[in-house]
Amino acid sequence: MHRFANPARFQRLASIILPWSDVLTAGLLVSGLYFALFASPADYQQGETVRIMYIHVPAAWMAMFSYSVMAAASAASLIWKHPLADVAARAAAPIGAGFTAIALITGMLWGEPMWGTWWVWDARLTSVLILFFLYLGYMALVNAIDNPAAAVRAGAILALVGFVNIPIIKFSVDWWNTLHQPASVIKMGGPSIAPSMLLPLVLMALGFHFYFVSVLLRRMRSELDLARVRALEDAIALNSEEAAA
Amino acid sequence: MTRTLIALIKRDLNLAWRQGGGALLGTVFFAVAVVLFPLGVGPEPNTLARIAAGVLWVAALLAAVVSLDRLFEADHDDGSLDGLALLPLPFSLVVAAKCLAHWLASLLPVVIISPFLGLMMRLEGDALVALVLALLLGTPGLSFIGAIGAALAVGLRRAGALLSLLVLPLYIPALIFGVAAVEAARMGLDPAPHLMLLFGVTLFAVVIGTAAATAALKFDLE
Repeated sequence: MHRFANPARFQRLASIILPWSDVLTAGLLVSGLYFALFASPADYQQGETVRIMYIHVPAAWMAMFSYSVMAAASAASLIWKHPLADVAARAAAPIGAGFTAIALITGMLWGEPMWGTWWVWDARLTSVLILFFLYLGYMALVNAIDNPAAAVRAGAILALVGFVNIPIIKFSVDWWNTLHQPASVIKMGGPSIAPSMLLPLVLMALGFHFYFVSVLLRRMRSELDLARVRALEDAIALNSEEAAA
Repeated sequence: MTRTLIALIKRDLNLAWRQGGGALLGTVFFAVAVVLFPLGVGPEPNTLARIAAGVLWVAALLAAVVSLDRLFEADHDDGSLDGLALLPLPFSLVVAAKCLAHWLASLLPVVIISPFLGLMMRLEGDALVALVLALLLGTPGLSFIGAIGAALAVGLRRAGALLSLLVLPLYIPALIFGVAAVEAARMGLDPAPHLMLLFGVTLFAVVIGTAAATAALKFDLE
């Protein structure tokens, strides 16, 4: 694992992966949106509003996936003190917060025509809202601590404590009677969704995953570059002090 | 070992109760916050009884958050936390003892005055008993979960607002089961299942809170 701890090696690896993940993101999202908006049928009950699902469901999956990545990176950073895991955890948080916000907003837009209300306080919606606050708390904590190493360690502990929420979100629709419908894609006995609707959903979900990879790698790169700039600035400041003395 | 821990708890209680400790500030905050609600929503008895459980619990959560900054901050600032880390016993026990002292000093008074405020919010009979029991079983968890936030935010400027953002989302399970117990009793149902779940949350909080706060403080001491 520590083979990848070398920032230069990571930069090389990232520059190999990035073009691929960029192309895949664009291709999957364009074809996914085509199938989602034009080439898939409207729902016999929900009509055209069912198309909100192709954004809403993948965004909600990504909200949990991003937090799981963040928690796994946090665990790696605490257990192995892996320097890139620190950077990854930090970089994943704003992306996950963005996906969570998209899931919440599209959910509200979908809820109004379907349930007749923008918001209900059921377990699924509430636990996702808590997830959003956990992301915000993580980012606020990491930004509030000046020393970058201490900031990431504090954030890692918080991320791991907050991970308790992820299974609650996943199983909330099974444990409690909620207005939100239960899982219909990832469940025992195969998906209970029509193939014509499953295709755009899967394309969009894969596209979102590759988008996550692209943005995560870019954010990690800029974070590493920033660390290098800081180190160079410190070295220059030290040199000029010595020259003055 | 037990004597050391009891001495530690006594020390924290003394510090909290002596002048400048401000142990009762959280309790007074709790009372004032509750009193604002009848003034805000009007004194209609049925309305008050309907919202009483939620209001009292939310006020208790806020009182816990308000008092959290004292949990480790003073010991961190004057360096006694480093001294406590050198005690010949596991640091997690020191952290747990400090959490227990925080509960005794800041939240037990909240539990003690809660029946009076419950009566003023028109809770009666079984519901009032359920409220006091729920607060008694649930508030220790607030100290231990809060310790995570307090340990993470130790030594930060503007820790107050950050603390509430970190800790309040983690308080939600206690809030849900605590309010459910009172509501069950108010409807004439048995509050025991909710109280057991609530105490389960507290026990979980004791384990997770102690471990996470210990890890956070150890990093800070390195």
